[in-house]
Amino acid sequence: MSIGQAFLGLLESQPRHGYDLKRAYDERFGSDRPLAYGQVYSTLSRLLKHGLVTVDGVEPGEGPDRKRYAITPAGVADVEQWLQQPEKPEPYLQNTLYTKVVLALLTGRPAAELLDTQRAEHLRLMRELTRRKTGGDLADQLICDHALFHLEADLRWLELTAARLTELAGKVRG
Amino acid sequence: MMLSAVELTKSFGSTQALSGASMSIAAGEIVAVMGPSGSGKSTLLHCLAGIIRPDAGQVLYRDQELSAMSDGQRSALRRGEFGFVFQFGQLVPELTCLENVALPLRLDGHRRKDAQRRAAEWLDRLEITDVAGKRPGEVSGGQGQRVAVARALVTGARVVFADEPTGALDSLNGERVMRLFTDAARTSGAAVVLVTHEARVAAYADREIVVRDGKALDLARHA
Ligand SMILES: Nc1ncnc2c1ncn2[C@@H]1O[C@H](COP(=O)(O)OP(=O)(O)O)[C@@H](O)[C@H]1O
Ligand SMILES: [Mg+2]
Repeated sequence: MSIGQAFLGLLESQPRHGYDLKRAYDERFGSDRPLAYGQVYSTLSRLLKHGLVTVDGVEPGEGPDRKRYAITPAGVADVEQWLQQPEKPEPYLQNTLYTKVVLALLTGRPAAELLDTQRAEHLRLMRELTRRKTGGDLADQLICDHALFHLEADLRWLELTAARLTELAGKVRG
Repeated sequence: MMLSAVELTKSFGSTQALSGASMSIAAGEIVAVMGPSGSGKSTLLHCLAGIIRPDAGQVLYRDQELSAMSDGQRSALRRGEFGFVFQFGQLVPELTCLENVALPLRLDGHRRKDAQRRAAEWLDRLEITDVAGKRPGEVSGGQGQRVAVARALVTGARVVFADEPTGALDSLNGERVMRLFTDAARTSGAAVVLVTHEARVAAYADREIVVRDGKALDLARHA
Protein backbone atom coordinates (compact mmCIF):
# COMPACT_ATOMS: atom_id res chain seq x y z
CA MET A 1 0.00 0.00 0.00
CA SER A 2 1.34 3.41 -0.90
CA ILE A 3 1.85 5.87 1.93
CA GLY A 4 2.25 8.66 -0.63
CA GLN A 5 -1.24 8.16 -2.00
CA ALA A 6 -2.73 7.92 1.47
CA PHE A 7 -1.04 11.25 2.35
CA LEU A 8 -2.43 12.85 -0.80
CA GLY A 9 -5.94 11.65 0.06
CA LEU A 10 -5.60 13.02 3.59
CA LEU A 11 -4.27 16.32 2.27
CA GLU A 12 -7.07 16.59 -0.23
CA SER A 13 -9.58 16.62 2.60
CA GLN A 14 -7.61 19.49 4.24
CA PRO A 15 -4.09 20.99 4.34
CA ARG A 16 -2.03 19.69 7.26
CA HIS A 17 1.32 19.95 8.99
CA GLY A 18 3.62 16.93 8.85
CA TYR A 19 2.90 15.82 12.41
CA ASP A 20 -0.82 16.24 11.86
CA LEU A 21 -0.56 14.11 8.73
CA LYS A 22 1.33 11.40 10.59
CA ARG A 23 -1.24 11.37 13.37
CA ALA A 24 -4.15 11.19 10.92
CA TYR A 25 -2.44 8.35 9.05
CA ASP A 26 -1.61 6.39 12.21
CA GLU A 27 -5.13 6.78 13.55
CA ARG A 28 -6.84 5.62 10.42
CA PHE A 29 -4.46 3.22 8.73
CA GLY A 30 -1.45 2.63 10.97
CA SER A 31 -3.05 0.03 13.27
CA ASP A 32 -0.08 -1.53 15.04
CA ARG A 33 2.71 0.11 13.08
CA PRO A 34 2.89 3.90 13.41
CA LEU A 35 4.92 5.74 10.78
CA ALA A 36 8.42 6.88 11.61
CA TYR A 37 9.00 10.63 11.31
CA GLY A 38 11.76 9.96 8.79
CA GLN A 39 9.27 8.13 6.59
CA VAL A 40 6.79 11.00 6.88
CA TYR A 41 9.29 13.64 5.75
CA SER A 42 10.89 11.57 3.02
CA THR A 43 7.44 10.84 1.61
CA LEU A 44 6.50 14.53 1.77
CA SER A 45 9.69 15.65 0.06
CA ARG A 46 9.11 13.11 -2.72
CA LEU A 47 5.55 14.44 -3.18
CA LEU A 48 6.92 18.01 -3.22
CA LYS A 49 9.52 17.12 -5.82
CA HIS A 50 6.87 15.64 -8.10
CA GLY A 51 4.64 18.69 -7.69
CA LEU A 52 1.84 16.70 -6.05
CA VAL A 53 1.87 18.82 -2.89
CA THR A 54 2.94 22.35 -2.12
CA VAL A 55 3.87 24.24 1.03
CA ASP A 56 0.98 26.56 1.69
CA GLY A 57 2.19 28.20 4.87
CA VAL A 58 5.30 28.41 7.02
CA GLU A 59 5.11 29.33 10.66
CA PRO A 60 7.96 31.20 12.32
CA GLY A 61 10.26 29.16 14.52
CA GLU A 62 12.47 26.09 14.38
CA GLY A 63 12.02 22.49 13.30
CA PRO A 64 10.57 20.61 10.35
CA ASP A 65 6.97 20.99 11.47
CA ARG A 66 6.70 24.67 10.68
CA LYS A 67 5.48 23.85 7.17
CA ARG A 68 1.89 23.28 6.27
CA TYR A 69 1.27 21.12 3.17
CA ALA A 70 -1.56 21.34 0.66
CA ILE A 71 -2.40 19.14 -2.31
CA THR A 72 -1.91 20.51 -5.86
CA PRO A 73 -4.22 19.86 -8.84
CA ALA A 74 -1.67 17.27 -10.06
CA GLY A 75 -1.92 15.62 -6.64
CA VAL A 76 -5.71 15.51 -6.85
CA ALA A 77 -5.44 13.94 -10.29
CA ASP A 78 -3.03 11.35 -8.86
CA VAL A 79 -5.45 10.39 -6.07
CA GLU A 80 -8.29 10.31 -8.54
CA GLN A 81 -6.40 7.93 -10.80
CA TRP A 82 -5.31 5.67 -7.96
CA LEU A 83 -8.85 5.36 -6.62
CA GLN A 84 -10.33 4.64 -10.04
CA GLN A 85 -7.81 1.99 -10.98
CA PRO A 86 -8.76 -1.44 -9.63
CA GLU A 87 -6.01 -3.24 -7.74
CA LYS A 88 -4.61 -6.37 -9.31
CA PRO A 89 -6.44 -9.08 -7.37
CA GLU A 90 -4.01 -10.77 -5.02
CA PRO A 91 -4.11 -12.12 -1.50
CA TYR A 92 -4.06 -9.77 1.48
CA LEU A 93 -5.45 -6.80 -0.39
CA GLN A 94 -7.79 -5.79 2.43
CA ASN A 95 -5.49 -3.11 3.78
CA THR A 96 -5.26 -1.29 0.47
CA LEU A 97 -8.93 -1.73 -0.31
CA TYR A 98 -9.94 -0.46 3.11
CA THR A 99 -7.73 2.59 2.68
CA LYS A 100 -9.21 3.31 -0.73
CA VAL A 101 -12.76 3.10 0.58
CA VAL A 102 -12.06 5.38 3.54
CA LEU A 103 -10.30 7.95 1.37
CA ALA A 104 -13.05 7.86 -1.25
CA LEU A 105 -15.60 8.60 1.48
CA LEU A 106 -13.41 11.25 3.03
CA THR A 107 -12.98 13.05 -0.27
CA GLY A 108 -16.62 12.74 -1.31
CA ARG A 109 -16.02 10.32 -4.17
CA PRO A 110 -18.38 7.45 -5.10
CA ALA A 111 -17.10 4.64 -2.86
CA ALA A 112 -19.82 2.25 -4.04
CA GLU A 113 -18.49 2.47 -7.59
CA LEU A 114 -14.98 1.76 -6.41
CA LEU A 115 -16.24 -1.40 -4.68
CA ASP A 116 -18.22 -2.46 -7.76
CA THR A 117 -15.23 -1.94 -10.05
CA GLN A 118 -13.08 -4.03 -7.76
CA ARG A 119 -15.75 -6.70 -7.54
CA ALA A 120 -15.89 -6.98 -11.34
CA GLU A 121 -12.09 -7.26 -11.47
CA HIS A 122 -12.09 -10.02 -8.85
CA LEU A 123 -14.75 -12.00 -10.68
CA ARG A 124 -12.88 -11.62 -13.95
CA LEU A 125 -9.84 -13.26 -12.40
CA MET A 126 -12.01 -15.93 -10.74
CA ARG A 127 -13.45 -16.85 -14.14
CA GLU A 128 -9.97 -17.10 -15.58
CA LEU A 129 -8.81 -19.37 -12.74
CA THR A 130 -11.95 -21.50 -13.10
CA ARG A 131 -11.24 -21.99 -16.81
CA ARG A 132 -7.66 -22.96 -16.03
CA LYS A 133 -8.86 -25.30 -13.31
CA THR A 134 -11.42 -27.15 -15.42
CA GLY A 135 -8.85 -27.72 -18.14
CA GLY A 136 -6.05 -28.74 -15.79
CA ASP A 137 -4.79 -31.68 -13.78
CA LEU A 138 -5.27 -32.11 -10.05
CA ALA A 139 -2.26 -29.96 -9.16
CA ASP A 140 -3.64 -27.10 -11.29
CA GLN A 141 -7.01 -27.58 -9.66
CA LEU A 142 -5.62 -27.33 -6.15
CA ILE A 143 -3.47 -24.30 -6.91
CA CYS A 144 -6.35 -22.52 -8.63
CA ASP A 145 -8.73 -23.44 -5.79
CA HIS A 146 -6.39 -21.89 -3.25
CA ALA A 147 -6.44 -18.61 -5.14
CA LEU A 148 -10.18 -18.88 -5.73
CA PHE A 149 -10.96 -19.24 -2.02
CA HIS A 150 -8.86 -16.16 -1.22
CA LEU A 151 -10.57 -14.14 -3.93
CA GLU A 152 -13.94 -15.31 -2.69
CA ALA A 153 -13.06 -14.09 0.80
CA ASP A 154 -12.11 -10.69 -0.63
CA LEU A 155 -15.38 -10.57 -2.52
CA ARG A 156 -17.38 -11.28 0.60
CA TRP A 157 -15.56 -8.45 2.29
CA LEU A 158 -16.35 -6.15 -0.65
CA GLU A 159 -20.04 -7.08 -0.39
CA LEU A 160 -20.18 -6.59 3.34
CA THR A 161 -18.43 -3.23 3.05
CA ALA A 162 -20.82 -2.15 0.28
CA ALA A 163 -23.72 -3.00 2.58
CA ARG A 164 -22.17 -0.92 5.38
CA LEU A 165 -21.03 2.10 3.36
CA THR A 166 -23.53 4.51 4.87
CA GLU A 167 -22.49 3.54 8.37
CA LEU A 168 -18.81 3.80 7.47
CA ALA A 169 -19.34 7.19 5.80
CA GLY A 170 -20.86 8.48 9.03
CA LYS A 171 -17.85 7.28 11.03
CA VAL A 172 -15.25 8.58 8.58
CA ARG A 173 -16.78 12.02 8.17
CA GLY A 174 -18.02 12.30 11.73
CA MET B 1 -29.86 -10.75 -27.88
CA MET B 2 -31.92 -13.90 -27.54
CA LEU B 3 -33.62 -13.11 -24.24
CA SER B 4 -34.01 -9.68 -22.62
CA ALA B 5 -35.76 -8.13 -19.69
CA VAL B 6 -36.50 -4.43 -20.08
CA GLU B 7 -37.28 -2.28 -17.04
CA LEU B 8 -39.16 -4.95 -15.12
CA THR B 9 -41.05 -4.04 -11.98
CA LYS B 10 -42.81 -6.51 -9.75
CA SER B 11 -44.37 -6.15 -6.31
CA PHE B 12 -45.72 -8.71 -3.90
CA GLY B 13 -48.13 -6.77 -1.73
CA SER B 14 -46.10 -3.92 -0.29
CA THR B 15 -42.75 -5.58 -1.13
CA GLN B 16 -41.18 -4.32 -4.31
CA ALA B 17 -39.13 -7.27 -5.57
CA LEU B 18 -38.08 -5.67 -8.88
CA SER B 19 -37.81 -1.95 -9.52
CA GLY B 20 -36.68 -1.43 -13.08
CA ALA B 21 -34.50 -4.49 -13.71
CA SER B 22 -33.00 -4.92 -17.17
CA MET B 23 -30.66 -7.57 -18.51
CA SER B 24 -30.12 -9.58 -21.65
CA ILE B 25 -28.47 -12.82 -22.65
CA ALA B 26 -27.18 -13.95 -26.03
CA ALA B 27 -27.65 -17.41 -27.52
CA GLY B 28 -25.31 -19.91 -25.87
CA GLU B 29 -24.15 -17.45 -23.24
CA ILE B 30 -23.86 -18.36 -19.55
CA VAL B 31 -24.72 -15.43 -17.31
CA ALA B 32 -24.53 -15.47 -13.52
CA VAL B 33 -27.13 -13.42 -11.68
CA MET B 34 -25.68 -12.53 -8.30
CA GLY B 35 -26.76 -10.43 -5.35
CA PRO B 36 -27.69 -10.62 -1.69
CA SER B 37 -30.60 -12.71 -0.50
CA GLY B 38 -33.94 -10.98 -1.07
CA SER B 39 -32.54 -8.68 -3.77
CA GLY B 40 -34.93 -10.04 -6.41
CA LYS B 41 -32.84 -12.67 -8.25
CA SER B 42 -35.47 -15.43 -8.23
CA THR B 43 -38.21 -12.98 -9.18
CA LEU B 44 -36.12 -11.82 -12.14
CA LEU B 45 -35.56 -15.44 -13.21
CA HIS B 46 -39.26 -16.26 -12.90
CA CYS B 47 -40.18 -13.24 -15.04
CA LEU B 48 -37.57 -14.12 -17.68
CA ALA B 49 -38.89 -17.68 -17.85
CA GLY B 50 -42.51 -16.55 -18.14
CA ILE B 51 -43.44 -18.24 -14.85
CA ILE B 52 -44.68 -14.98 -13.38
CA ARG B 53 -45.83 -11.83 -15.13
CA PRO B 54 -44.10 -8.53 -14.27
CA ASP B 55 -46.28 -5.56 -13.23
CA ALA B 56 -44.54 -3.43 -15.85
CA GLY B 57 -41.75 -3.81 -18.38
CA GLN B 58 -41.16 -6.38 -21.07
CA VAL B 59 -39.58 -9.79 -21.50
CA LEU B 60 -38.49 -10.49 -25.06
CA TYR B 61 -37.57 -13.96 -26.28
CA ARG B 62 -36.39 -13.98 -29.92
CA ASP B 63 -38.19 -10.63 -30.45
CA GLN B 64 -41.46 -11.97 -29.09
CA GLU B 65 -42.96 -10.37 -26.04
CA LEU B 66 -43.83 -12.99 -23.43
CA SER B 67 -46.71 -11.05 -21.90
CA ALA B 68 -48.34 -10.69 -25.32
CA MET B 69 -48.53 -14.48 -25.68
CA SER B 70 -51.46 -16.62 -24.60
CA ASP B 71 -50.99 -18.90 -21.60
CA GLY B 72 -50.92 -21.83 -23.99
CA GLN B 73 -48.17 -20.30 -26.14
CA ARG B 74 -46.16 -19.45 -23.04
CA SER B 75 -46.32 -22.92 -21.61
CA ALA B 76 -45.45 -24.41 -24.99
CA LEU B 77 -42.39 -22.16 -24.99
CA ARG B 78 -41.43 -23.27 -21.49
CA ARG B 79 -41.77 -26.94 -22.46
CA GLY B 80 -40.06 -26.68 -25.82
CA GLU B 81 -37.31 -24.10 -25.46
CA PHE B 82 -36.65 -23.68 -21.76
CA GLY B 83 -35.20 -26.01 -19.13
CA PHE B 84 -35.16 -25.60 -15.36
CA VAL B 85 -32.83 -26.60 -12.54
CA PHE B 86 -33.79 -25.64 -9.00
CA GLN B 87 -31.98 -25.85 -5.70
CA PHE B 88 -33.60 -29.16 -4.81
CA GLY B 89 -33.82 -31.22 -8.01
CA GLN B 90 -37.62 -31.41 -7.91
CA LEU B 91 -37.53 -34.82 -9.49
CA VAL B 92 -40.59 -37.06 -9.49
CA PRO B 93 -39.94 -39.39 -6.53
CA GLU B 94 -41.91 -42.35 -7.93
CA LEU B 95 -39.94 -42.50 -11.19
CA THR B 96 -36.40 -43.78 -11.68
CA CYS B 97 -33.71 -41.24 -12.57
CA LEU B 98 -33.74 -42.43 -16.17
CA GLU B 99 -37.54 -42.03 -16.34
CA ASN B 100 -37.23 -38.55 -14.81
CA VAL B 101 -34.87 -37.47 -17.57
CA ALA B 102 -37.07 -39.11 -20.22
CA LEU B 103 -40.24 -37.47 -18.85
CA PRO B 104 -40.10 -34.16 -20.78
CA LEU B 105 -39.64 -36.12 -24.01
CA ARG B 106 -42.57 -38.40 -23.15
CA LEU B 107 -44.74 -35.33 -22.46
CA ASP B 108 -43.70 -34.06 -25.88
CA GLY B 109 -45.06 -37.23 -27.45
CA HIS B 110 -41.83 -39.16 -28.03
CA ARG B 111 -42.05 -42.94 -27.93
CA ARG B 112 -40.94 -44.56 -24.69
CA LYS B 113 -37.96 -46.41 -26.16
CA ASP B 114 -36.68 -43.39 -28.04
CA ALA B 115 -37.11 -41.12 -24.99
CA GLN B 116 -35.22 -43.56 -22.75
CA ARG B 117 -32.39 -43.96 -25.22
CA ARG B 118 -31.88 -40.19 -25.36
CA ALA B 119 -32.21 -39.89 -21.59
CA ALA B 120 -29.52 -42.56 -21.17
CA GLU B 121 -27.15 -40.54 -23.39
CA TRP B 122 -27.60 -37.53 -21.12
CA LEU B 123 -26.98 -39.55 -17.97
CA ASP B 124 -23.76 -40.69 -19.61
CA ARG B 125 -22.71 -37.11 -20.44
CA LEU B 126 -23.27 -36.14 -16.83
CA GLU B 127 -21.31 -39.19 -15.64
CA ILE B 128 -24.19 -40.79 -13.75
CA THR B 129 -25.10 -43.88 -15.80
CA ASP B 130 -25.05 -45.85 -12.54
CA VAL B 131 -28.11 -44.05 -11.12
CA ALA B 132 -30.35 -44.80 -14.11
CA GLY B 133 -32.46 -47.42 -12.31
CA LYS B 134 -32.51 -45.71 -8.91
CA ARG B 135 -35.22 -43.47 -7.55
CA PRO B 136 -34.34 -39.87 -6.56
CA GLY B 137 -34.57 -40.79 -2.87
CA GLU B 138 -31.74 -43.29 -3.34
CA VAL B 139 -29.13 -40.98 -4.87
CA SER B 140 -26.90 -38.27 -3.38
CA GLY B 141 -27.69 -34.56 -3.62
CA GLY B 142 -25.02 -34.02 -6.26
CA GLN B 143 -26.24 -36.94 -8.36
CA GLY B 144 -29.82 -35.67 -8.07
CA GLN B 145 -28.76 -32.25 -9.38
CA ARG B 146 -26.96 -33.87 -12.30
CA VAL B 147 -30.19 -35.76 -13.10
CA ALA B 148 -32.01 -32.40 -12.99
CA VAL B 149 -29.45 -30.90 -15.40
CA ALA B 150 -29.91 -33.85 -17.77
CA ARG B 151 -33.68 -33.40 -17.61
CA ALA B 152 -33.31 -29.67 -18.38
CA LEU B 153 -31.13 -30.26 -21.44
CA VAL B 154 -32.63 -33.46 -22.89
CA THR B 155 -35.25 -31.62 -24.97
CA GLY B 156 -32.61 -29.45 -26.64
CA ALA B 157 -33.61 -26.43 -24.54
CA ARG B 158 -32.22 -23.10 -25.79
CA VAL B 159 -32.21 -21.51 -22.33
CA VAL B 160 -31.72 -23.23 -19.00
CA PHE B 161 -32.86 -21.34 -15.90
CA ALA B 162 -30.96 -22.46 -12.84
CA ASP B 163 -31.84 -21.05 -9.41
CA GLU B 164 -29.10 -21.80 -6.85
CA PRO B 165 -28.42 -25.21 -8.44
CA THR B 166 -25.60 -25.95 -5.99
CA GLY B 167 -27.20 -24.26 -2.99
CA ALA B 168 -27.75 -27.54 -1.15
CA LEU B 169 -24.40 -29.14 -2.03
CA ASP B 170 -20.94 -29.12 -0.40
CA SER B 171 -18.15 -27.37 -2.33
CA LEU B 172 -16.71 -30.48 -3.96
CA ASN B 173 -20.07 -31.73 -5.27
CA GLY B 174 -21.12 -28.21 -6.15
CA GLU B 175 -18.00 -27.79 -8.27
CA ARG B 176 -18.56 -31.11 -10.01
CA VAL B 177 -22.16 -30.21 -10.84
CA MET B 178 -21.08 -26.79 -12.17
CA ARG B 179 -18.32 -28.26 -14.34
CA LEU B 180 -20.60 -30.91 -15.88
CA PHE B 181 -23.54 -28.49 -16.18
CA THR B 182 -21.58 -25.72 -17.95
CA ASP B 183 -19.73 -28.23 -20.18
CA ALA B 184 -23.02 -29.84 -21.21
CA ALA B 185 -24.72 -26.47 -21.82
CA ARG B 186 -21.76 -25.25 -23.92
CA THR B 187 -21.69 -28.47 -25.94
CA SER B 188 -25.38 -28.24 -26.73
CA GLY B 189 -25.30 -24.48 -27.28
CA ALA B 190 -27.86 -23.70 -24.57
CA ALA B 191 -27.78 -20.34 -22.82
CA VAL B 192 -27.89 -20.44 -19.02
CA VAL B 193 -29.31 -17.94 -16.56
CA LEU B 194 -27.50 -18.99 -13.39
CA VAL B 195 -28.82 -17.46 -10.17
CA THR B 196 -26.31 -17.81 -7.36
CA HIS B 197 -25.00 -15.84 -4.42
CA GLU B 198 -21.69 -17.75 -4.48
CA ALA B 199 -18.79 -16.19 -6.36
CA ARG B 200 -17.07 -19.52 -7.00
CA VAL B 201 -20.21 -20.80 -8.70
CA ALA B 202 -20.64 -17.56 -10.67
CA ALA B 203 -17.06 -17.97 -11.90
CA TYR B 204 -18.24 -20.80 -14.20
CA ALA B 205 -20.29 -18.26 -16.18
CA ASP B 206 -19.14 -16.01 -19.02
CA ARG B 207 -20.12 -12.84 -17.18
CA GLU B 208 -22.14 -11.67 -14.21
CA ILE B 209 -25.01 -9.36 -13.44
CA VAL B 210 -25.55 -8.10 -9.92
CA VAL B 211 -29.07 -7.54 -8.59
CA ARG B 212 -29.34 -4.96 -5.86
CA ASP B 213 -32.62 -3.67 -4.45
CA GLY B 214 -34.55 -5.01 -7.42
CA LYS B 215 -32.26 -3.43 -10.01
CA ALA B 216 -29.88 -5.38 -12.24
CA LEU B 217 -26.39 -3.98 -12.74
CA ASP B 218 -24.06 -5.13 -15.45
CA LEU B 219 -20.81 -4.27 -13.68
CA ALA B 220 -18.40 -5.42 -16.33
CA ARG B 221 -20.13 -3.10 -18.78
CA HIS B 222 -19.99 0.09 -16.74
CA ALA B 223 -16.52 -0.67 -15.29
N1 LIG C 1 -44.43 -15.00 -3.81
C1 LIG C 1 -44.00 -14.01 -3.03
N2 LIG C 1 -44.83 -13.44 -2.14
C2 LIG C 1 -44.41 -12.42 -1.34
N3 LIG C 1 -43.17 -11.88 -1.36
C3 LIG C 1 -42.29 -12.41 -2.24
C4 LIG C 1 -42.64 -13.49 -3.10
N4 LIG C 1 -41.55 -13.80 -3.86
C5 LIG C 1 -40.57 -12.96 -3.46
N5 LIG C 1 -41.01 -12.12 -2.50
C6 LIG C 1 -40.21 -11.04 -1.86
O1 LIG C 1 -39.60 -10.28 -2.88
C7 LIG C 1 -38.25 -9.96 -2.54
C8 LIG C 1 -37.30 -10.57 -3.56
O2 LIG C 1 -37.37 -11.98 -3.46
P1 LIG C 1 -36.53 -12.97 -4.36
O3 LIG C 1 -36.71 -12.62 -5.78
O4 LIG C 1 -36.91 -14.35 -3.96
O5 LIG C 1 -35.03 -12.64 -3.91
P2 LIG C 1 -33.69 -13.52 -4.02
O6 LIG C 1 -33.97 -14.67 -4.94
O7 LIG C 1 -32.66 -12.58 -4.52
O8 LIG C 1 -33.38 -13.98 -2.63
C9 LIG C 1 -38.05 -10.49 -1.15
O9 LIG C 1 -38.30 -9.45 -0.24
C10 LIG C 1 -39.08 -11.57 -1.02
O10 LIG C 1 -39.47 -11.75 0.32
MG1 LIG D 1 -33.89 -16.77 -4.62
